[in-house]
Amino acid sequence: MAPDLLGPALALSAVLFSIGAAGVLLRRSAIVLFMCIEIMLNAVNLAFIALALLHGVAGHIMVFFVMTVAAAEAAVGLAIILVVFRHKQSVDLQHVNLLRG
Amino acid sequence: MPTATLAQEAVVMPTGAISLLWLTVLLPFAGFLFNGILSLRRSTSKAAVSVVGPAVLIAAFAVAVAAFFQLQGLHPEAPIVLRYWTWMPVGDFQIEMALQYDQLSAIMLLVVTGVGSLIHLFSIGYMKADEGYARFFAYLNLFVAFMLVLVLGASYPVLFIGWEGVGLCSYLLIGFWFTVKPNADAGFKAFLANRIGDFGFLVAMFTLYHVAGALDFVTVNQWLLANPQLVDTGIVTTIALFFFLGCTGKSAQIPLYTWLPDAMAGPTPVSALIHAATMVTAGVYLVARSNVLFAMSEAASIVVAGVGALTALFAATIGLRQYDIKKVLAYSTVSQLGYMFIAVGTGAYVAGIFHLVTHAFFKALLFLGSGSVIHVMHEALHATHSHADAQDMRNMGGLRRWMPTTFWLMLLATLAIAGIPPFSGFFSKDEILAFAFARGEASPVFYVFYGMGLLAALLTAIYMARLMAMTFFGENRTGAAEQQHLHEAPAIMTWPLIVLGVLSVIGGAINLPHFVGGNEWLHHWLEPVTGAGHALPWVAGLHLPEGATEYALIGIAVLVGVFGLWFGMRSTLARAIPTPDAAPPERGFARVLANKYWVDEIYDRFIVRPVVGLSRGFLWKFMDKGLIDGAAVNGPAWISRHVLGKAGSLLQNGQVGLYLIFFMLGALWILRVALG
Repeated sequence: MAPDLLGPALALSAVLFSIGAAGVLLRRSAIVLFMCIEIMLNAVNLAFIALALLHGVAGHIMVFFVMTVAAAEAAVGLAIILVVFRHKQSVDLQHVNLLRG
Repeated sequence: MPTATLAQEAVVMPTGAISLLWLTVLLPFAGFLFNGILSLRRSTSKAAVSVVGPAVLIAAFAVAVAAFFQLQGLHPEAPIVLRYWTWMPVGDFQIEMALQYDQLSAIMLLVVTGVGSLIHLFSIGYMKADEGYARFFAYLNLFVAFMLVLVLGASYPVLFIGWEGVGLCSYLLIGFWFTVKPNADAGFKAFLANRIGDFGFLVAMFTLYHVAGALDFVTVNQWLLANPQLVDTGIVTTIALFFFLGCTGKSAQIPLYTWLPDAMAGPTPVSALIHAATMVTAGVYLVARSNVLFAMSEAASIVVAGVGALTALFAATIGLRQYDIKKVLAYSTVSQLGYMFIAVGTGAYVAGIFHLVTHAFFKALLFLGSGSVIHVMHEALHATHSHADAQDMRNMGGLRRWMPTTFWLMLLATLAIAGIPPFSGFFSKDEILAFAFARGEASPVFYVFYGMGLLAALLTAIYMARLMAMTFFGENRTGAAEQQHLHEAPAIMTWPLIVLGVLSVIGGAINLPHFVGGNEWLHHWLEPVTGAGHALPWVAGLHLPEGATEYALIGIAVLVGVFGLWFGMRSTLARAIPTPDAAPPERGFARVLANKYWVDEIYDRFIVRPVVGLSRGFLWKFMDKGLIDGAAVNGPAWISRHVLGKAGSLLQNGQVGLYLIFFMLGALWILRVALG
């Protein structure tokens, strides 16, 4: 990757992260929220790859860790959503409020 | 300051009986433990209690007698101080657990253990049917142990242990039959009145420590004698008066005397031992023990004598119109204690102790005699299931037919207390009145005290004659059926009475005055103790009147006593005495006397109720419930729940989105901080 792509790559990463964060904060559906988290993780991955140009191979390795964790998280998270759906017949997070004070 | 005191203490190392003095305290205490443990068991062995209870006292008496004879041989000018351990080391100030044995302690020790032994023996008969037999002896033993600490303590704090301890035992024994509410109330009242006095004692002790830096008798006396200029500062008077406040509580003087008549709710041997012979005389002992302190302050001494004279007269008038045989004796005790305070307030410390000793004999005899009467009356009334009052003299009458021994012994005691020669009370009472009269020459107010004392002597003779007349003379009013059950008290109860009777008759021998050829033994014996006080300017020069004045005073005193007895006897027997349920209401001044001047009611109205009202309305309802429970305890709890809790539960609304917003904000804030 050419060095002059560093700036645009980081900018794209920031945009993707913001989209993901906004989605996490604003959407109600657990599935969409989950996808937004994936977008944020991938935005971070992109930032790691881009910065690896300057800082060496550590960034590449970190990406693999993130992907592994994301895979594990997806498995657990989807399982939780499935159970919630079975219980509530909905994945709308507004209805999942059993622990309110 | 141990180094300073050494010079003034006896250099002889105590040996023999004197070195065993701790036994006199520990023996009754061991008796208390033994009887106390027995009383906790359901099935108690009365035989063991009957042996151990009096035996520890008799053993202590034996030690006291041996120590007395040893002291007589030594006759040291300075007290023998027996140190055991350091009780409170506070910096360079140390309070030692030490006993002081001198001529005064020796006399008190003999009286307490001697009279105590007789009363313990009497109690075997008096309490034999009581459920709390072992408990009674346990308390009685404990009382004696504390009383001996009181008279043997070598410093004010050690004396105070005994002072508080006897107060505790007094409370326990007044309320001995605590299942009846008035008895428990009487104990409570005694305790409260004594607390007021104890407050005075404590303030006096703290002040004394503050100025003198020591609290043991030897050092305090040295310090006082070394600083005669202190009198002008008023500090000595202050200390003496606060000590005297303690005395008014313990020795039932105006204004704190009201607990003693109520204390008759306890068993009669208790009234004899604690509330006549020993504990209530602790105040007199304290003044005699602190004779240097009191002799230095003329003002304080006049207050002591004045309060004593007022109490002697006041209580004697109330005694004229009581019907409960023990109440008459109770007011008589208050009155006689007033006499002792006239003596010590006059500066005649020996005369005060003399009357203390003779009073212990004849008043213990009177109380035990009345105990025999009550015991027999109670059994007679019990046998016929009558609910008449066994202590009300209107239910008695003519008892000398059934109880000749008790009658004759009580007659001896009556003659003694009325001041008829040659019985013991004549010598001691006459000496007090003579000294008060002699003091009048220097301070005329003592003529007034003398007059009050003389009037009280007249009233004493009248109410005692009335008591004897209502109890033993005239027609019997107990009832025909009950009469069949009247009899003399058992031997275990009459024998201690006989011993006390002998002592009441010959007790005056310990201090026979010169005019009957005596040598005033007690004066010489107590000289090492009271000499320092007697030598101080205010007291020095106090001598018994001699010649014509002396004989005139004796003549007046005897005339007053004889007339009082005759008048009391005649006026009581002049009319038929109605039984309590047939008695007409009292009229005129008799009504005032029968109601004890309404002092209890006045105290209740003006002191007890305002204090209770203040406690309830302000301290309890406002301070405790309002400020402490309400504002300080429930206030923060309310704020936590309704303000902080409400706000907290609003945050926890169950919406994941909101949590995430906070999470995000937090992450941003951390980022900001991390990046500087």
